[in-house]
Amino acid sequence: MTKKLINSRPKVVNVGVDTFGDSVKAAGSDSVQVDWRPPAQGDAELINILLALEEYHDEIGKANEKAVEKVLAAQPVWIDVGPALDVIPGFTPDTVLHAGPPVTWEDMCGPMKGAVIGALIFEGRAKDKDEAVALAASGTLKFSPCHHFNAVGPMSGVITASMPVIVVENKTDGNLAYSNFNSEKNRKALSFGAFDQDVQDILIWQRDVMGPMLGKAVREMGGIDLKAITARALQMGDECHNRHVASTSLLLREMMPTLARLDLPREQLAELADYMLHNDWFFLNFSMAACKATMDSGHGVPMSTMVTAMARNGVKVGIRVSGLGEKWFTAPAPPIRGLMFPPFTEKDANPDMGDSTITETCGIGAFAMAAAPAMVKLVGGTVAEAIGFTKTMADITIAENKAYTIPTLDFLGTPTGIDIRKVVDTGILPKINTGIAHRQPGYGIVGAGITEIPMECFVAALKAMYQSI
Amino acid sequence: MIVRIATKKNCYQDSVKLMQITNHIKAMPGIITAAAFMGTDNNKATMSRAGFDLAQMDQAGPNDILFLVKGEDEASVEAAIVRYQFALDEQDTGSETGAPAPRSVSSAGSMLPGANLALISVPGEYASYEAFKALRAGMNVHLFSDNVPIEQEIRLKKLGQRLGLLVMGPDCGTSIIGGVPLGFANVVASGPVGIVGASGTGIQQLSVLIDRLGSGVSHAIGVGGRDLTDAVGGISTSMALDVLEDDDQTKVIVLISKPPGTQTRKRIIEKVKASSKPVVVIFFGGDKSFVDGQEYAAANLEQGAAMAVALAAGKEPGSDIISFPRDGVGDIVVKETGGKAASRKYLRGLFSGGSLAAEALLELNEYISPVTSNIHPDPALKTADVDKSSGHTVIDMGDDYFTQGRPHPMIDPYYRAERLLAEWADPEVAVILCDVVLGHGCHPNPAGALAEAVKEARSQYGEGVTVVASVCGTEKDPQILSVQEALLKEAGVLVFPTNVFAAQVAGEITRISFERSDAGDKKAY
Repeated sequence: MTKKLINSRPKVVNVGVDTFGDSVKAAGSDSVQVDWRPPAQGDAELINILLALEEYHDEIGKANEKAVEKVLAAQPVWIDVGPALDVIPGFTPDTVLHAGPPVTWEDMCGPMKGAVIGALIFEGRAKDKDEAVALAASGTLKFSPCHHFNAVGPMSGVITASMPVIVVENKTDGNLAYSNFNSEKNRKALSFGAFDQDVQDILIWQRDVMGPMLGKAVREMGGIDLKAITARALQMGDECHNRHVASTSLLLREMMPTLARLDLPREQLAELADYMLHNDWFFLNFSMAACKATMDSGHGVPMSTMVTAMARNGVKVGIRVSGLGEKWFTAPAPPIRGLMFPPFTEKDANPDMGDSTITETCGIGAFAMAAAPAMVKLVGGTVAEAIGFTKTMADITIAENKAYTIPTLDFLGTPTGIDIRKVVDTGILPKINTGIAHRQPGYGIVGAGITEIPMECFVAALKAMYQSI
Repeated sequence: MIVRIATKKNCYQDSVKLMQITNHIKAMPGIITAAAFMGTDNNKATMSRAGFDLAQMDQAGPNDILFLVKGEDEASVEAAIVRYQFALDEQDTGSETGAPAPRSVSSAGSMLPGANLALISVPGEYASYEAFKALRAGMNVHLFSDNVPIEQEIRLKKLGQRLGLLVMGPDCGTSIIGGVPLGFANVVASGPVGIVGASGTGIQQLSVLIDRLGSGVSHAIGVGGRDLTDAVGGISTSMALDVLEDDDQTKVIVLISKPPGTQTRKRIIEKVKASSKPVVVIFFGGDKSFVDGQEYAAANLEQGAAMAVALAAGKEPGSDIISFPRDGVGDIVVKETGGKAASRKYLRGLFSGGSLAAEALLELNEYISPVTSNIHPDPALKTADVDKSSGHTVIDMGDDYFTQGRPHPMIDPYYRAERLLAEWADPEVAVILCDVVLGHGCHPNPAGALAEAVKEARSQYGEGVTVVASVCGTEKDPQILSVQEALLKEAGVLVFPTNVFAAQVAGEITRISFERSDAGDKKAY
C-alpha cells in the first residue's frame, strides 16, 4: 500500500484544516474534504470506549460481517395466516402484545391504552371502555412486547388471541416472524388508539373474512416472496415503511389469479379488493414481518455491534443489538417532525410509537428515502434531501443491500445493518419515517413525519458491548 | 465596556476557520477583542483565565461554538454578534451540488476512488480515532495533529506496520509525496533527494535549501518527533527508509534525527549502514552520538542540504561544506553593534517553526550563554515564565502552550507580532531573531505581519534593536520568497538565506553587545 502511495500521486482524504486540501489540489492531485465533527460529539469517555473497541476491530468486523451476511441472505416468504393464539408459539388467551420495549399498563401512552381497550372489546373480554380499563389494570393480562414473540406490529402494535396474523418464514434459515393485519383503512384505526364501532367492524371482518380468505390463498400459492415485492416496490416509489402504494398493488396483483380461482363468495372478494384499494398501508405489516424475519436471522452473533431491532412504545424507544442478547437499550421516545392533519396540531401528537422501525433496521423505510422522494413532502423537504437521507445512512451501516436497489442513485443498494459504533462515532442518528398518533385514546392518526432514534440508546448499547468484552 | 458570550450549538468548525471569522470582527469599530472557539474544557479554562465568566460558557460542549466579544458599547457588540452569526451561516452552506459532504473518512474514501492517504489535522484528543479509521480503510496517514498520547501513537504505528501503511506523525507538520504538499510544505523542485524527518520545519528548511541549491526532492516523509524514542521504536522512520530505498527516483537520502532511544539508534544505524544509497544524517537536538561514525554527518540543516546536493551530483562533500558563503558578515556585525545603548545586551528568539527554534538554540550556544527556552532539553534551562522573557531567551511559539485552541503561528502570525512588541519594549534587548516560514498551509503574508510589527515597535519604542530573520521558502511558494524578503528588508530587518546563518549573525551581534554592555564587565561570557 505504501509503495503504491509513493509510485502514484497521493489521493487525499482531508480531515481538518481545509486549506491543506486546497494545497493538494493546487499541486494537481485530488483531495476530498470530510465534513468533520468530533467523534462521539467530543465525549472523552465514549471516545475512549471506541478506542478500546478498536483493539477488537477484526473480531467485531468478522462478527458484523457474519450478522449482516445473514440479513442479506434472508429470504422472507409469506406462508400462512392464522389466529395469533394458534400460530404464535407461547401465545395464551391472556396475552396482549404491544409495540416497543416492555411497558406496563400504567405507563402506557394514551393511544396504546386505546388500542388495548379496542382489542379487549373485540375479544369479548370487556363490553366497553370502563370494563376494558378495569381488566387491563387487574393484573390478569400478560402484556409483552411483540418482539418477545418474534412478532411486530405498527404503532401501538396491539395483538390479541383471535386476531389473524401474517406468518412469514425466512426460507434461508427457517425462522418465523409474525405481524397483525393493517387496520389503517380509516384515520380512526386500532393501531393508532381508536376503538369505536368502525374499528370493531374492521377487526371482526379481518378475523372472519379476510384472514381465512388470504390464508387459504397463500397456502394454495405455496407462499409469496416478500423480498421480491419489496425490491420491485422500491423501484416504483415506495420506501416500504410509510409508502406502500406500489407494494400493496403488487401484492394484490400477485394474489388475484389464485383468489379468483378459489371458490369464494363474490361479495367477500370484492370487500377484500375494496379494503386494499382504500388502505395505502396494507403492505406495511407484510413489510414489517419480512424485515423481522430478516433481522432475527442476524441476531445473536457474539461480538456483533449490528442493531437487530429498533422499536418504540410511545413512551420509550429501545434497540437490540446482535451481540448483546435480548436486552433493550432505551431512551425516552422523541417527538416527530411532520405534517399534522387539520384540525390537529403538534400539541395533540403522541411521541414516537410502533415496531415499524424494523424496516429502517433492515435498511428500508427512511434509509431508502431516495427511492421515495414523495415522502420528504411530509417535512417540506427536497428531493436532494431525500437522496441525502439514504447517502447519510451509509455512514452508520455495515453493508449495501444489492437486492434492494435505488434507480435514481444508479442502483445503489440500500444502506443495511446499523453499527452502534458508527452511530456513536459520527453522531448520525438513524432516521425514521412514521405516522403520528393522537396522544389521547380513541382519536387515531393525526399526522405523519420523520424522527430519529435517540443517541442514548446507542450509547447505552456501546457501553454494554465494552463491558462484555 | 460590554462583554457578551454567544453560543452556536452542534456546529463544529476548526480553529483556523474561527480565527478567520474573528479577525474580521476584531477589525470592526468599537470592538476591543473577540474570540471564537469550540467549547472544550481546555478552551473554556483558557478563556476563563483571560477574564471571561466560566459560568456563562457552561452550556457549551465540544461540538458547540462559543463566541466571546468585548466592545465599547452595546451597539458595537450587537453588530459583532450579528456579523459572527452571518459568517458562520455562510460556512454552513454545503457544497455546490447540494449533495451532502462526506461525514466520515470512509465515505470520503468511497467518493474518491483510489484514495490512499488521509491528512488529519483535527484536535489531538480526536485525531487518533480518525487515524485508526483511515488505516482500517486502507489509507496511509499523515497525522498533522499534536497532543496525541504516545500509547495511541504506538498502537497506530504497529497497526500501520501490520497493514503495510505509513503513519506519518503525530505532530507531523510536513510531508511532500511525489510533489504533493501535505500540511505545511513548500513548493520545491522534484529531484533525487529523499528526506525522512522527525521534524516539520526541519523538512521545510532542508527541502527549500535543496531547491535553492539547484537540486530537488523526490519525497519528504515526516515521521513525528517521537518516532525515534524507544517507546515507539522508529517504526515510521524504518518504513520510510525502506520506501526511499526502493524508490528509483531517490538517489540520496537525508535523515533528520531527533535524540533517539538506545535500542532504536542501533536499529536505525544498522538500516542506514545497509542502505545502497548514501544517507546524510543530520544531528538535531542534543545527542551527537547518533551521528558519530556516520559517513555523512551534518551539523545542521544548511550543511545537510549542501551534502545531499553534492552527493546527488556525484561529488564527495567535505565535512565543512556550507550552502551559502559568510562574506560580509563582519561588516554587518560592526555596523549593528556600534552605538548600541549600554543596557542592550540580550537576545530574544521568537520562532514559529519548532525545529528552526531548536536549531537556532543549538547554534546560539556557540556564541552566548545561558540561553533559556521553552523547548530546552535541559530542565534547568527551561524558561520559567513562557509569557515573559528574561536574559537570552528563545521561544517556540508553535509549542502546545500557545496552540491550545488557537491556530499555529505559521497560520496566525499575530500573537508573535504582539510578543515582538513586548520584547522590543524591554530596554535590555539587543537582538530579536525570527523565522518566517512560507509554503502551502502557511499564512499568505507572514513577512508582512512581522514587518508591520517591527515598524510599529520602532515607532513606539524607538531604535536600538537589531532584528535578524531568515525566510524559509522558495520563489515557487505562493508567498514568493523574494517578495517576502523584500518586505522584511524594507522594514529594516537583516535577512539571511538560512536559519542557522541568521542565528550565527544574531549570536555574534548579541555576544559583542553583551560584552560591551553594562553587564559585560561583571559577568564573564
